[in-house]
Amino acid sequence: MSSVTVTEAQNERELLLSTSPHLQSRWTTKQIMWFVVLALVPSVVSAVLFFGFYQLVVIATAVVFAAGTEAVIQYLLKKPITVSDGSAVITGLLLGLIVPPNFSLSFTALGAVFAIGVGKMLFGGLGFNIFNPALAGRAFLQAAFPVAITTWTMPHWAVDSVSKATPLAALKFDGVSTAVAPLFFGNVGGSLGETSAIAVLLGGIFLLVTGVANWRIPAAMTVGVIVFGGGLWLIDSTYPTPIFHIFAGSFLFGALFMATDYVSSPVTGLGMWIYGLGISLVLVLIRVFGGLPEGVMYSILFMNAFVPLIDRYTRPRIFGEVKS
Amino acid sequence: MKKQVSLATEYTKGLWDQNPVFKQVLGMCPMLAVTVSAMNGIAMGLATTFVLVFSSLIISSIRKLIPSQVRIASYIVIIATFVTIVDLVMRAQFPALSKELGPYIPLIVVNCLILGRQEAFSSKNHPGRALMDALGMGSGFIIALTSLGAVREILGSRTLLGFQVLPDGFEPWLVMILPAGAFLTLGLMMGFLNFMVLRKKTREEKELLSRHLQEPKMSLAKGQEA
Repeated sequence: MSSVTVTEAQNERELLLSTSPHLQSRWTTKQIMWFVVLALVPSVVSAVLFFGFYQLVVIATAVVFAAGTEAVIQYLLKKPITVSDGSAVITGLLLGLIVPPNFSLSFTALGAVFAIGVGKMLFGGLGFNIFNPALAGRAFLQAAFPVAITTWTMPHWAVDSVSKATPLAALKFDGVSTAVAPLFFGNVGGSLGETSAIAVLLGGIFLLVTGVANWRIPAAMTVGVIVFGGGLWLIDSTYPTPIFHIFAGSFLFGALFMATDYVSSPVTGLGMWIYGLGISLVLVLIRVFGGLPEGVMYSILFMNAFVPLIDRYTRPRIFGEVKS
Repeated sequence: MKKQVSLATEYTKGLWDQNPVFKQVLGMCPMLAVTVSAMNGIAMGLATTFVLVFSSLIISSIRKLIPSQVRIASYIVIIATFVTIVDLVMRAQFPALSKELGPYIPLIVVNCLILGRQEAFSSKNHPGRALMDALGMGSGFIIALTSLGAVREILGSRTLLGFQVLPDGFEPWLVMILPAGAFLTLGLMMGFLNFMVLRKKTREEKELLSRHLQEPKMSLAKGQEA
């Protein structure tokens, strides 16, 4: 008699079965991507402000070719065309912001085609790329045109317009340090979007506050640079200070916009810390002991390769699972 | 008894169906290392083919004399003999090319393509068949090396076989003559070829399927007519 009532009670309750993820963000991929585009606006403005209107053409070229490549490949493969989700636009914007001022338009276009074609679509499109597409494009350009990509034009209001080097190169090759104030505002040589720390921080903080970018990765990278870079500086004060490490070069841009790319970064909290600390360790090693003045690009690409491993080893245990 | 394959097929299979580079992915070391130009590719391909053809012939002729316990060592001795010949001839006749190819000529000894053909083919077939197989594999290797070398030479130094083919305005892609360029180009070429093969296969399957689906209908229609 009682068993019958139990089954009746169960029947009244509807049991819904679905696969994970059960918790969903309130935003769609599309909305998130356009948030990132919005966050990059200050950097675009700073690029135009410091290096002239022509930079807008460079950035636009990168965006058009990135989006165009994605559309063409998807059309040729008879797949749904998803350019409007904004991810290719972001790749183009990011690539446009990490090339030197007055960079050749044909090289920019080639970099964008490589970034999307090889860096993203060959791996299966959005969500499947192992490496950050914009950085893959930049790495290709660096390998293909090593001279053009290290030819720096100085900003309009440069204090010392004779020196044609980035702050990191000046420190590494000539032993000349740059004060923090110009680094902060961006009145120094460097790639389009990376010179102005304040513009990058404006966009980055917007991303962190809205939760679009996870705070753990930039936090881990900053802690890592302070620990590793600061440690070296304490041992020998001829090495750059941690403050210089943070504000010079593309550290902030890389930490806030490149390393936080959803697809090529770990998904677990612990994994993000490992990933961020790894990037800063490789970065400090390249900057201090390596042959290149800057290492943000290679250190992020390097850690991108470890992301599947990191995710695998930091996978949370299922509730009740016994550690083997 | 195995189905007898014609001698012509033994040759042509190496060109495409079992191309040593694109299908079997053998001999990657010289493939990636020396193909900075089309000429290098041709030279390396010819050298490898020479060694492959003569070692295959000899090993196939004495295949019944070689005890299976020491077969690998015996193969290596025979292969090394021909590699030494190639190395010395190239040094004497083409010193510039020999210098450019550097250690990769002596390294033909350990090319897995050559040892692989001996183990998989020459040791089980008579000399005529082994010769055709070696020639086919060699030709396939030359085709692959030359095409990769040509792409890398055109993009990396604007030239093809030493002649300028792209205008001065074209900035050479330095990456193409670096090792990274070899991996990139080879990967893209392989991917593209496999993509074409796959597309052909799915098309054929679709055609076959549609024919199968149509046939019973037709017979049914005929039955109704009758």
